Parts: sequence; structure tokens; C-alpha cells
Amino acid sequence: MKYLLMIYENEKAAETLSEAEVQRVLGEYGTFTEAIQRSGHFLSGEELEPTAAATTVRIRDGKRLTTDGPFAETREQLGGFFLVEARDLDEAIGIASRIPSARSGSIEVRPVREFTMPQD
Amino acid sequence: MLERAHREDYGRIVATLIRVLDGDFGAAEEVVQDAFASALTQWPREGVPREPAGWLMRVARNKAVDRMRRSARLEARVGELEAAAPSVDGAGWQALPDDSLRLLFTCCHPALSPEAQVALALRCLCGLTTEQIARAFLVSPATLAQRLVRAQRKIRTARIPYVIPEPEALAERTEGVLHTLYLVFSEGYAATDGPALLRVDLCEEALRLARLARSLLPDDAEVASLRALMLLHHSRRRARVAADGGLVLLDRQDRSRWDGAQRDEGLAELEAALAMGARGAYTVQAAIAALHAQAPRAEDTDWAQIAALYARLVVLTPGPVVALNHAAAVAMARGPEHGLALVDDLEASGRLADYHLLPAARADLLRRLGRKEEAVSAYRRALALVRTAPERHFLEARLRELLAE
Repeated sequence: MKYLLMIYENEKAAETLSEAEVQRVLGEYGTFTEAIQRSGHFLSGEELEPTAAATTVRIRDGKRLTTDGPFAETREQLGGFFLVEARDLDEAIGIASRIPSARSGSIEVRPVREFTMPQD
Repeated sequence: MLERAHREDYGRIVATLIRVLDGDFGAAEEVVQDAFASALTQWPREGVPREPAGWLMRVARNKAVDRMRRSARLEARVGELEAAAPSVDGAGWQALPDDSLRLLFTCCHPALSPEAQVALALRCLCGLTTEQIARAFLVSPATLAQRLVRAQRKIRTARIPYVIPEPEALAERTEGVLHTLYLVFSEGYAATDGPALLRVDLCEEALRLARLARSLLPDDAEVASLRALMLLHHSRRRARVAADGGLVLLDRQDRSRWDGAQRDEGLAELEAALAMGARGAYTVQAAIAALHAQAPRAEDTDWAQIAALYARLVVLTPGPVVALNHAAAVAMARGPEHGLALVDDLEASGRLADYHLLPAARADLLRRLGRKEEAVSAYRRALALVRTAPERHFLEARLRELLAE
């Protein structure tokens, strides 16, 4: 089953990191990503540009509305994600807890909806 | 009758069927409820079968087989289902202990809200009806039903596994299970409103779950500690409520009304926990309850030891309420002025600004120090904050006593 692991962090706090700290975090992400690639859990994963680069689009009454910024202002922002294959929620939680940002931010674990043939 | 006699079978049968039905809680519950419904119509007509649990398991199994055939999937599982109830007539059927343990861990999975965990455990493991659980927690049956449906849907869509956690996660997950059982018990024990009998029922369900957890995890010291704690508290239930429904505090309880057998069982559980090396928060709380239980009269209580245990509890589970209990124990052990100093510190920290028990504790200590006017104003502050009727009556009675002096 697929799970999307969404990495939420406080962008402002991340901006204050020193160059050495940024390098350390990048190194940790590299190690983690390699580990889940080797174990076969990794499907994809990306880091996102900060919300300052975000644009929100809506269509209302057939008209396109484009606005600056994310859809909702929150204390922590979506900063990246991993899409993983896991046996069940416990395995997905185990992977999520090894993401370096779990120690500073939070990881939302969301199952990807599976479409199956209707029963009965 | 059927319900009373076979509530425990319900949990065991559901536990087995969930595994066989590939973790489908809803389907397992439906077939087991169908089986109980069949019993309700057939048993009065044909007599109660020799092996009621086996009979129920067989009927539930047949309904599950029908269901799977209808959904035309997992034919292979039918074989497994046959194996779950080995003999054709269902005689001598036993649930695998592992199935009950799986069910316990799944119901208490941290990915479910605490309210949902409690509701699921009472529903699936204790076989309480949705209406009974709703009444016990003072919510509408519709709210509770929705809570259960959401939890079961999350188990299915997020694929919360129906397994015993891996050894490295077992301790953490057991802690979660114990917390859920503790919530069920506290809800029943602390309730001073609502229909009292139902609340006592909740304590008994918590004890039932604790006994189950204890039998499934016999080497876990914390499980034994929690069960000891529940038994020791529950053994005082008859003396806690006055004839008028009011709350009777420990020092004024008629100790002859304590349940001696249950107390002894609690003390034995605590012994077992300590022998296994238990040192956690439940152990300390059980040890405090044991010291109270062992005092023939209130004035025989070993307050010095209780104060030391509360000091330990403050470290293990820091919190203002524990700190307040510590202050009260210190006051008993070393004199009200020492307790008052701790209460003052607590008040200065501002952490319990709206909590009525802080001025209530202050008032009691000031009264014992003979500082009547300060005590009266502290009682009035407590009365302005108190929310439940029995506690209000208790404080009003104390204030009246003081003013009459």
C-alpha cells in the first residue's frame, strides 16, 4: 500500500540555520533516502521551495483566480514529501519517524486511496 | 441473560473473526451480532446449547463464509476460517490468545483518537452496545456510533494492522494500551455526576480489560501495576458514596465497607509487579493506594511513606494535580504548615489558576492551622470555581462546619 509522508516544518526557523547545520541536515536526508531506496520502500520524494514561491489557483464561476501564497497560513508549512510503499500503517509510521525533520517538525502520514472493485 | 453470560465470548469471537476476515472490523462485528441475534430466537425454542460459545462461533463462522462467498473473493480464506473453529459442531472451541491481544493492540492504536480507542475497546473487547457506551460517556448514541464508524473506517483505509506489535515497539504500544484502560477506569471512578451505576460498570469493564491484558502480557510489570491500582481503588467503591449520593473522602470512609477480597487481590498484584521490577507511575500510584488500604483506621496511615511516594510521582509524571496531592500528603506527614508552603509555591506558579482543588486544599490547611478567616475566604474561592454538584455540597458542608466553630 502507498503512503504519502508529508514533511511539515517551520520555514522561518529553517531559514536561521547556519550553513554547517544545513549541510548536516542534507547529509541526514541523503542517508535516509538511500536507506529506503535500498529497502524498497522509496517510490519518490522531493523537497519543495518555500511557501514564498507558492501560488494558489481556483476556478470560480468559470473564472480563474490566481493568488500569491499558500492556501492556508499555518505555523508549519509543507516543505517536502516522500511517497513510500509500506505493508501497513505501522511500517509507514516507522519510516516516517526516521525522516530527519520528524525531530524538528512533524510528518503527516496519509494513505493513498486504493481503487478496488466494489464488493457485494 | 444471553448478553450477560456471553459478553466475554463476544470479544473472543470478534477477535478471531477479524483476523479471518482480513482485519475487517465492521464485517466481523456484523456476523457476530447476527449470531447473537440467532441465539436470541433459537435458544429459547430449542434450549441453550451445551457449548454456547462454540455454537456462537460456528454460526458466526457460517455467516462469515456466506459473506465471503457473496463477495466472491479470498476463497482461500474460507479454509482458514474452517480451521478457526475446528469441530463441526463448534464444541470445545477456544479463541487463540493472540487474537485477543491483536484486537487489544488494534483498538488501542495511537493513530486512533483516545475517545475512539476507549469506545472501540468497550465495543469489541467487552461487547458493550453503542447505547451503553454512549450513556456511560454522556454522549448521544449517534455521536458515539459516528465515532466508532470513523475509527473502523480509519483502521481499514489507513490499514492499521491487526497484529501484535514488533518487539521493539511493544513497550511503547503497551503503554498506550494501559493509558486507554486507565482512561476507561478514571472515567468511571472520577464520575460524580450521571447515573452512578453505569459509571461503576465502566470501572468493572476497565478491570475486565486489565485482567485480559494481564493474562495476555503476563511478564509486563506495568500491566500488573495498573491492575493492582485499579483493584485497590475499586475495593473502596462502596465506602466512597454516602447514602445521599455525596462523595465520602478517604479519611471519613467506613473502612469495614471496603471489599477485602478485592483489596487482597490488588495487594498481591502489586507484589507481583514489584517482583518483576516495576517502578513506573502506575506502580507508585498502586503503592500509595496499598498504603491506604493497609491502614485499619485513617489515623494509622503511613503518611511519611505516602509523601515520599508522591515526591517520586511528581518526578515521573510532573503536573499540578500530582503536586497538589504531594502537598496534601506532606501536610499529613510533617504538619499543615509544610503542606501550605508547597501549596503556596504551586499557587505562585499560576498553573492551577482555575482549579477549585487548589483553594480547597489551601482552605483545609488554613483551617487546620487555626487561620479561620483565611480559610473561609479560600473555601469561598473554591466554591466559585467548583463545577460538579457533589463536590459543591462537600465544600459547602466544610464551610458551614467552619463558620459554626
